[in-house]
Amino acid sequence: MSRQEKRQVEMPKQPPLIRKSNFDEVANGYTKEMAVTEASRCLNCKKPQCVKGCPVNVDIPSFIALIKEGMIVEAAHKIKESNALPAICGRVCPQESQCQKTCVLGIRGDPIAIGRLERYAADYERENGASSSINNQKLNGRVAVIGSGPAGLTVAAELQKTGYNVEIFESLHEAGGVLIYGIPEFRLPKKVVKAEVDYVRSLGVKIHLDSTIGRLYTIEELFDKGFDAIFIGSGAGLPNFMNIPGENLKGIYSANEFLIRTNLMKAYRFPEYRTPITVGRRVAVVGGGNVAMDSARCALRLGAEKVFIIYRRGAGELPARKEEVENAEEEGVIFMLQNNPVRFIGDERGYVKQVDCIRMELGAPDSSGRRRPLPIEGSEYITDIDTVIIAIGQTPNPIIQQTTEGLEVTRHGTIIVEEETMETVLKGVYAGGDVVSGAATVISAMGAGKKAAISINSYLKNHFAT
Amino acid sequence: MRATYRIIESTDIQPNVKMFKVYAPGISRKAKPGQFVIIRSHEYGERIPITIAGTDPDNEDVTIYFAEVGVSSRELGRLKEGDDILNFSGPLGNAIPLKQYGEVLCVGGGVFQGANYYLAEALHLAGNRVSSMVCARKRSHMFLIEKLKEISKELFFATDDDSDGDRFQALLESTLERGGYSHVFTFGPTSMQKAVCMATKKRNIPTSVNLFPIMVDGTGMCGACRVTVAGATRFACIDGPEFDGHLVDFDELISRMRYYTPQEKIAMVLQEEGVI
Repeated sequence: MSRQEKRQVEMPKQPPLIRKSNFDEVANGYTKEMAVTEASRCLNCKKPQCVKGCPVNVDIPSFIALIKEGMIVEAAHKIKESNALPAICGRVCPQESQCQKTCVLGIRGDPIAIGRLERYAADYERENGASSSINNQKLNGRVAVIGSGPAGLTVAAELQKTGYNVEIFESLHEAGGVLIYGIPEFRLPKKVVKAEVDYVRSLGVKIHLDSTIGRLYTIEELFDKGFDAIFIGSGAGLPNFMNIPGENLKGIYSANEFLIRTNLMKAYRFPEYRTPITVGRRVAVVGGGNVAMDSARCALRLGAEKVFIIYRRGAGELPARKEEVENAEEEGVIFMLQNNPVRFIGDERGYVKQVDCIRMELGAPDSSGRRRPLPIEGSEYITDIDTVIIAIGQTPNPIIQQTTEGLEVTRHGTIIVEEETMETVLKGVYAGGDVVSGAATVISAMGAGKKAAISINSYLKNHFAT
Repeated sequence: MRATYRIIESTDIQPNVKMFKVYAPGISRKAKPGQFVIIRSHEYGERIPITIAGTDPDNEDVTIYFAEVGVSSRELGRLKEGDDILNFSGPLGNAIPLKQYGEVLCVGGGVFQGANYYLAEALHLAGNRVSSMVCARKRSHMFLIEKLKEISKELFFATDDDSDGDRFQALLESTLERGGYSHVFTFGPTSMQKAVCMATKKRNIPTSVNLFPIMVDGTGMCGACRVTVAGATRFACIDGPEFDGHLVDFDELISRMRYYTPQEKIAMVLQEEGVI
């Protein structure tokens, strides 16, 4: 194997100094030549390991072989057989811990760049006039899908393709869930999300916006309206706070609020877009996951001079994707590792002005397998800041759980389902994605959606056979 | 699929206050007093929460009152009868339980007189003995008075000065002092609700406030609407908007509600200059 073949074809990116002051996409994507060169590295294994790593079982070797042949649109269609959202997954899936992790090329060099190739094929198809084959087979059965995030879109696409009538109920004014409100433009352009949501619509799925289930209609009322099965994919939208003194001072945001204002409401274009946002000179982001990285990088783009990530564990424990941590570092985000805020201090008008942090040391591994952070007594110190973003996780939105009698939930608010079928204790009601797992990844939600779609299909077949 | 939320009636209540009846069949069948809608009037618009002030399931419409005080509410106010509102989402928040409270005083102020009437009427129909207090800067700023008369045992008018009504604070104290109320409900400017709570707390009268902090989604996602109640952080959108007024940290709430005042002022100027 030559040296060149051992390495992935690099994807061009905007240089850090330029990109940190705009919201345009950071990574520019492959050219056709780059894609074909990268695709040519694939060994087309007889027993492909990559597919096993994919939660939705994309036929990876086949689509890569098509790219190698220059048949890009066909490659995109091949992916769409098992994944309705390829341009999204190509950008935000953690390939390094899934499909690419098991690639045999990875043993002696870089694994094949599956995500980049997926993205290339999907982008090419979209830009050259995507078409979708509408299934003419019609089956009895109406399915209501709650939430238009990755889980809901997957269930809807799968079941509509099978021949059922699917309607999605979305609470916000735009479809896409976390893909629209959470993940920033520079990582996942909204036109890409809109195009893939439009693809799901083109299959025949109806999307009702402004429809908060649990408030506008309860689950029971959806059955009364004639739906035969229901899928709950309402996500993990409720932000956690630290519950420490000073947390309600002005200038302290939940990451959810900060990202919703920025991404969904486009506050970075205030006042053209009417939703305001404020970012001070020194911004502290608390947390170490992808949401924290997204918040920190948004804060830079909104004009912050210094952005600190305050994380209680060490660099090895950061839950964010390595690539996103590197992007944040390149852009100048400062990592304050093994630190934890104990209180926020405000000025006389109620604005946050300082954070009081305590240093942490790492003890023995805890239940998550990561070393437990322990405060070092007497190590507290004060840092000046003027904006804080709390990004320490989300729990499921409670509205459906509170308004649905009989639904079983854990003490964390996640809905309890039968693991194999994704069925809840209520007949005909299924759930999946973050509302079941707690906050996780786009692709794991899609995997859950796929599993639920299979069960709903067999449930409806039985339902109408009798 | 975008639903059509058409304005089927628009009435100027006062120079700066408008009433809309909006076609929204689903919400008209479901909404109850205490709940709100989130409105966006155009593609660049903010999501703004507005308390529901009535529904007509037969005509499939929902009534709202709003004051044209900021850029977004002015833009909403520019819409005419027959125009469509881009997004009209609800009913959000928890409804106020319509149970037997007994002798009730409903204190409504400013643009919230509409929401207050909606609740007072529902409490009356649920079998409570309702008295009402209407608060406004001037007597001419009061509305729905005839309707309130029909359902109220007693009706009080409070104004900011005593030129054409009784002073709010004095009237509130004397009304409560005469006593007999088992529960007080209040809708209105936050400082007014705070004053009501201070007066009822002295006399140990359970008091429900209805809070409207800054909100974005209105469904529990953003946490902008967090309020300290009995020392704990609660979200007005999913835990409220009704809270036990005696346990609310009003000073924090009022401070938080002013957070975007500078940005709002800039946007207003730019709007007046025709820049946006």
